[in-house]
Amino acid sequence: MAGLSSDQNAALKQAAKLAGDLPAPSHDQVVHSIYDTAQVIAKQSVAKMPGPEITWQESLDRVLTSPLFGFPVMLLLLAFVFWLTLEGANCPSELLATLFHVGEDALSALFLKLGAPAWLHGLLVLGIYRTTGWVVAVMLPPMAIFFPLFTLLEDLGYLPRVAFNLDRLFRQAGAHGKQALTMCMGFGCNAAGVIACRIIDSPRERLVAILTNTFVPCNGRFPTFFALSAIFLGGAYYSFNSNILASFTVVGMILIGIGTTFVISWLLTRTVLRGIPSAFILELPPYRPPQVGRIIVRSIFDRTMHVLIRAVVWAAPAGAITWLLANTDLGRGSLLSITASHLDGFARLLGLDGIILLAFFLGLPANEIVLPIIVMGYLAEGALFWPDSLAELQQLLVAHGWTLKTAIFVMLFSLLHFPCSTTLWSILKETGSKLWTAVAFLLPLMLACTVLFILNLLL
Amino acid sequence: MTNLKRPIVALAGNPNTGKSTVFNALTGLNQHTGNWPGKTVTLAAGAFAWHNMSFTVVDLPGTYSLFANSPDEEVARDFILFGTPDVTVVVVDATCLERNLNLVLQVLEITPRTVVCVNLMDEARRKRLIVNTDRLATELGVPAIPCVARSGEGLNTLKNAILNVAGNYIATCPRPVCYSADIEASLAVVARELTPLAPQFSPRWLALRLLERDNTLLQRILAEEQNEMPVRELKLPRATKKVAPWPG
Repeated sequence: MAGLSSDQNAALKQAAKLAGDLPAPSHDQVVHSIYDTAQVIAKQSVAKMPGPEITWQESLDRVLTSPLFGFPVMLLLLAFVFWLTLEGANCPSELLATLFHVGEDALSALFLKLGAPAWLHGLLVLGIYRTTGWVVAVMLPPMAIFFPLFTLLEDLGYLPRVAFNLDRLFRQAGAHGKQALTMCMGFGCNAAGVIACRIIDSPRERLVAILTNTFVPCNGRFPTFFALSAIFLGGAYYSFNSNILASFTVVGMILIGIGTTFVISWLLTRTVLRGIPSAFILELPPYRPPQVGRIIVRSIFDRTMHVLIRAVVWAAPAGAITWLLANTDLGRGSLLSITASHLDGFARLLGLDGIILLAFFLGLPANEIVLPIIVMGYLAEGALFWPDSLAELQQLLVAHGWTLKTAIFVMLFSLLHFPCSTTLWSILKETGSKLWTAVAFLLPLMLACTVLFILNLLL
Repeated sequence: MTNLKRPIVALAGNPNTGKSTVFNALTGLNQHTGNWPGKTVTLAAGAFAWHNMSFTVVDLPGTYSLFANSPDEEVARDFILFGTPDVTVVVVDATCLERNLNLVLQVLEITPRTVVCVNLMDEARRKRLIVNTDRLATELGVPAIPCVARSGEGLNTLKNAILNVAGNYIATCPRPVCYSADIEASLAVVARELTPLAPQFSPRWLALRLLERDNTLLQRILAEEQNEMPVRELKLPRATKKVAPWPG
C-alpha cells in the first residue's frame, strides 16, 4: 500500500483533532446499534419451519459434558480407541518386521558379496538399517490406526467437550481454562501444544501451560506405551483379551499425565506464578458428520507421515551412533556398556538400568527412538537376534532383567521426563527465556526421578 | 488498489463457521502458512484459479468482532485495513445468522468489497431454518452466497461472486449501521474531514474510531507509510488448475 499523501495526512490529523473535541460515544451504544441492525436483517432473511426441535445434540451434550458421566465416557472412549489400536496393530507390525528382516538378510548377503568391511556392514545394516526398520515396523501400524481414530474424534467435535470437562479442574488448579485445549494439542505433539499456548492471553497462565504441556504423552511416546503395554500386559504375550488391560494401562498413563499437569499447575500458580485465572468463553460447536476422506488424508499426511519421517530421520543417525558406541572397544568393554554402567548405579535407584537411562538422553531429539535405542543397546551386548515379533522383544527385554515393574517404570519415566529437543526449542522461542527453558527441562526430569525413586523404594 | 494480476481474497468469519473448510475447499492443497510480520498469529495463505484469473486467499483468524480486543481481532482488522484485500469474504453460519451478522456489518463498515458466504446451509435445513440469501444480499447490499463447504455446494457461485467483486463487474452498496442521532451528528462532521482518505479508508468507519479515541489505530495509519505489504511478499504456490474461460 502506498502511504498517505501529505494532504491525507493533514486531513487525518485535522479530523483526529476535531473528533477529540466531540463527545466520545459509549462503546456499548456503538455495539448495540450493530447488534440491533444484525437482528433486523436476520429477522427479515431467516424463517423457521414449524416442527419439533431436534435436540439430540443437546441431549448428547448433556451426557458428554455432565459432571457425573463426562469423565467416565471420556475414559471409556479413549480406552476403546487404544484397544482398537493395539488389536489392529499386532499383525501388520509382525508382517513389517518380517519384511525388514528379509531385507536385512538380503542386504547382508549383498555386503558379503561385495566384500565390504565388517564395520561398514555393522554401521549401515546393523546400525542404521536395523534401527530404522524397527522404528517403522513398531510405530507405523499403531499410528496408522490411532491417528485417524483421534482425528475422527476431533472431526466429530468431541475435543471441545473434553476441554469443557477439564476446564473446571484447570480453574481449580489456578490455571487458564484454555490450557485444556493446549493440553489436548499436546497429545498430538508437545511442540505444537507449546506453540498453541499463544491462545492464552495472560503471560502468567501461558507460562504455566507451556511448562506443563510435556506431561501429556505426545505422538512420539504413544508407540512406546503401546509396545510396552502390549508386551507386558497385552495379547502379544498373554491371551487375546488382555489387550483390554493394556488399553486401560495406556489410559492410566494418560490419567497420571493429566493429574501431574494439574498438580504441577497448582504448585506453580501457588508459588512462582501466582495470580487469579482469567475467564474465557468456550463455544461447543455442533456435532458434525465426519469427512472420512479428509480425516484419512489429514491424519496420514499431517500426523502419521510427519511423525514417522521425523522418527526415521532421527533413528538413522541415532542407530549409527548407538552402533558406534556399542562397537568402540576400549578394552574394558564398549563405550556404550561403560557409559551405561556409569549410569547404572543411579538408574537402579530409579528401578531402571543404565541402558534405559542412556536411551532417554540419546533420545532427546525424538522420543520415538528411545525404545529402539534400548533394544540396540541390549542387542549389542550379545543377544544377537532380530526381534521379529513383540513376543521375541519380550524375551529380549526379560533376558535383560525386565519385569512388569520395569515396563511400568519406563512408561512413567517417558511420561514425566523432559520434553524432546524440538519442544524445548519451541519453549525457548515462545518464552524468549533461557531460564524458563531450563526450568522446562529440569522440572520434569527432577519430577520423574523423584517419583520413580519413591516408587522404587515402596515397591 | 486493485491488482488484477493476482487479487487478494481475505477470509474472515466467526470461529466454528467452517471458515477453514471454505479455505481448504477453495485452495485445495495449494497452501502456505506465513507470519504476518510483527504478530505472533500465523496466517495461512493459498491460491486458486477461476476463469483464467489467479486469486490469493488469506485465512484470517476466526473472530466475533473487529474491535481489536484480542490479538486475533487486531490481526483480522489490520489485514482488512492494511493488507489491501481486493475482496473480503465473510463466512457466516447459517444456523445462527444473527450473531454472525455482527461481524459482517463491521466488515462492511470498513470495506464495501465484501462477499458473504452463508455456510452450513445443510445444518440450517436440518434445523428447519429457511435462510433467504437473496433477501440477505438485498438487505446487506453485497452478494450473499449459500454454501455447504463440506460438500462443495455453492463454491462455484462463491468464486463467481469473488471474481465479480474483485473485477468490479458488479458494484456493491453496503447497508450502513445507523447509530443514535448524536453519534451520527458527530460522525458526519468528522467523516467530512476524512473524505480525502477514501477509498483506502472508509471515512465513516475511521471517523467512528477517531471519536472513540482509538489512538493506536491513528498512529498505525500514520505510520503505515513505511510499512511494506506483507502478503504480496509471501511466496505463494501457483494455482495450476485449468478452468473454463470466462463465458461471454
